[in-house]
Amino acid sequence: MVKMIRRREEVCIGCRLCEVHCLVEHSRSKDLVHAYKGENPRALPRVRVEEQGALSFAVQCLHCQEPLCAYACLTGAIRQMEDGTVFLDEGKCIGCWTCVLACPYGAISMDLTRRVALKCDLCPGRETPACVENCPNRALLLVEEEVPVG
Amino acid sequence: MVRYLIIGNSVGAVGAVEAIREIDHQGSLAVVSDEPYPVYSRPRISEFLAGKSTMADMLYRPEGFYQTHNVQTYLGRKAVKVELGSKEVRLEDGEALAFEDLLLATGGVPFVPKMDGQGKEGIFTFTTLGDAEGIARRLPQTRRAVVIGGGLIGMSVTDALVKKGVEVTVVELKDWVLNTILDQDAALVTQDALADAGVRVMAGQSVQKILGRAGDETTVGGVVLATGEEISCDIVVVAIGIVPRTELASGTPIQVNRGIVVDRRMATTVPEIYACGDVAEAFDFIYGINRVIPIWPNAYLGGRVAGYNMAGMETEYPGGVAMNSLKYFGLPIVSAGLYDPPDSSYRVMRSLDRKNRLYKKLVLKDGLVVGMVFVGAIDRAGIVLGLMRDKIDVSSFQDTLLAPDFGWASLPAALRREKLTSNGRSPSRGPSVLSGRARV
Repeated sequence: MVKMIRRREEVCIGCRLCEVHCLVEHSRSKDLVHAYKGENPRALPRVRVEEQGALSFAVQCLHCQEPLCAYACLTGAIRQMEDGTVFLDEGKCIGCWTCVLACPYGAISMDLTRRVALKCDLCPGRETPACVENCPNRALLLVEEEVPVG
Repeated sequence: MVRYLIIGNSVGAVGAVEAIREIDHQGSLAVVSDEPYPVYSRPRISEFLAGKSTMADMLYRPEGFYQTHNVQTYLGRKAVKVELGSKEVRLEDGEALAFEDLLLATGGVPFVPKMDGQGKEGIFTFTTLGDAEGIARRLPQTRRAVVIGGGLIGMSVTDALVKKGVEVTVVELKDWVLNTILDQDAALVTQDALADAGVRVMAGQSVQKILGRAGDETTVGGVVLATGEEISCDIVVVAIGIVPRTELASGTPIQVNRGIVVDRRMATTVPEIYACGDVAEAFDFIYGINRVIPIWPNAYLGGRVAGYNMAGMETEYPGGVAMNSLKYFGLPIVSAGLYDPPDSSYRVMRSLDRKNRLYKKLVLKDGLVVGMVFVGAIDRAGIVLGLMRDKIDVSSFQDTLLAPDFGWASLPAALRREKLTSNGRSPSRGPSVLSGRARV
């Protein structure tokens, strides 16, 4: 089974709580207030809300079956794991941004302070990713599909 | 007899190994390389020279990669001849390896033109870990360096040398640095960043002679430019370009132009012989012709396609594109495709803010994006490259492409919904990158 996040732009209100909770989940303390007020550099979200007028939706890594980012990665920092997740090892990332250019979804963001690329990791250790769990409108859903990997 | 034999042990080889082992877990697989190391990240030799990466950091695949993929390695052993009749590859030490399918993933070698004063101590090229180790050993005696060639390799060695406190002069024959991947405006912004880092760029100049030291003609002491100007230095790095390493194919019926010619299956003109990466002349989806595009991502993808085909799963190479991302001197730059249009039939859209080092340029032809350069703000560049790759007609929203807030919300709803729900995960949904291939 492969986990995927599905977005429903028709009910997304652009509240950006997904960004907030993604940031907190990827902070050192995982504490909402401390993540924003006490941590320097502040963690960054791996989901991005786009908005234009009434339209809004969140975009994060789609964990592609054929991940162009991993194919393009110069250092081997991005790998497709056995479970189909596309994982970025920040310790191996040199911030060359080749993946940023290669990803057709614009789903990889840049931490310019730490000079590493950031992407959705589907929140390892959590049953449901933080963005999905904290979306007040069910505009983000976790789905699992039986599909071939690799 | 080896079922799959791969000459070369870099990213193209890894792409092939990973694809082959998705399909065939049993067939014997061997990798031969004249380099003694397990596969490492070649672009990372700049970090290594700068002292920011150890050998362990450099590894492109985890330790144990060859064991887990059941690969026999012949490392530090040079392949010298391909015998097509007996289907054997001869190694320098005399051993011959018989193969069923062969992949030539031999990469490129630095081009070093004839110059007066060659053969001195302190002249380097910069494409292998061995090169980086050589320069690193010489760093204690190095205060000044001259880098000949302002391309990607020249920039990467310059960046490393600057980090080690070396004073660098870059001598570039053309009018601006990075001229094979950037247009003039983007290059000028880059040169501003280089100047801030203390690098002297001498564009439109060439080195005529490498000088020795006073009293020691065998060691580098400086260079003389075509203008007659002398620059003293302790090392010279020749970074003019890379040429495909085709020697194993020469003298055989395997067709070689600039590189080894391959079809959309990455097969050469001789059955059961494949090629990928910097040595191959493969399909470019923007130019619509076969070209040598010596970049890492294409090598992986080409290797992967070759691997599937070698293992018997018909797969078509979607085509590569010249795409580069640079991070040197703290300035993010990306370019792809035809960034400098050859004639006026192309439409060019651009915005330049040189002071803030922000630049965006798009080249369009018949409603399709065929080239791009972004400097500074590059975070949505991948979406634009995706539109290029998928040959999406952007006429209806082209004015949004340069906007600072360009993103998925700028695209027509139908296109956005189609793309954002398709990640190739489910056979019924969305295009697959390796589109010719049947899913297992």
